[in-house]
Amino acid sequence: MMNVHELAKACGFTYFSGANAEARPVCGAYCCDLLSWVIGRAGDEDALVTVMSNTNVMAVAVMADLPCVILSEGVKPDERALEKAIENDIIVLSSPDPTYATAVKIYEVLKSV
Amino acid sequence: MEPIVLTYQVDGEDFSAAGEASSSVKKTLKQLGFSPDVIRRVAIAMYEGEINMVIHADGGEARVEITQSTICIILADKGPGIKDINLAMQEGYSTAPEEVRNLGFGAGMGLPNIKKYSDELKIDTELGVGTTLTILINT
Ligand SMILES: Nc1ncnc2c1ncn2[C@@H]1O[C@H](COP(=O)(O)OP(=O)(O)O)[C@@H](O)[C@H]1O
Ligand SMILES: [Mg+2]
Repeated sequence: MMNVHELAKACGFTYFSGANAEARPVCGAYCCDLLSWVIGRAGDEDALVTVMSNTNVMAVAVMADLPCVILSEGVKPDERALEKAIENDIIVLSSPDPTYATAVKIYEVLKSV
Repeated sequence: MEPIVLTYQVDGEDFSAAGEASSSVKKTLKQLGFSPDVIRRVAIAMYEGEINMVIHADGGEARVEITQSTICIILADKGPGIKDINLAMQEGYSTAPEEVRNLGFGAGMGLPNIKKYSDELKIDTELGVGTTLTILINT
């Protein structure tokens, strides 16, 4: 099993915020920008890959207990979103690639362990 | 364990801050030592209900009754009410405005998600009077 820090390192994702990334196991990913889909369908060991970067995304990550949020396309979280992420110990990572390419990278890395 | 009752006012103004009540309940359940699965189900169901009160009803009140065996979440608002509950329960049905959709909500999955993650869901609603959701989750 991989943790978020190992995944971030292996995929070359950088951190916007990261508390205890070594302690969070990650088994897969869920890719979607519609938050009710995320809440209803993402598993609690799925990284969320999205271009949505508002406070509601962070709230969803808290409620659904997701290991991390990966912002694709080089999207930056807005200020309030980042504050909320830090306040709630949510790991927020950055990927320069589009969502599909980001997911493929995650897949390859997770498959290799 | 004595039942624990938590109550919250849910502000209808600030959509981006929505979720504070659910977040607080989540923390309390964690402190009380409930299992991660129970906490997750409560947090998800309550958050969707809380968001609905903000989007569709200009806020409302949340009451959470916690015992060893069940967690009961009551969300009451004085909003417009739901015209057709069967329609509202269908995945994809939504009357959410455009600006809410732009923020990632309004996919019409909220009520179905609440049903999926709870053991019982009761909806009392009257047009022009308001809506009360009673969500039961067995621990
Ligand atoms: N508290 C409420 N007051 C009035 N209408 C509501 C309420 N909750 C839900 N609804 C109605 O039910 C529909 C479906 O709700 P939901 O499944 O949560 O989807 P969404 O919130 O994404 O529209 C809403 O679009 C709205 O028309
Ligand atoms: Mg909803």
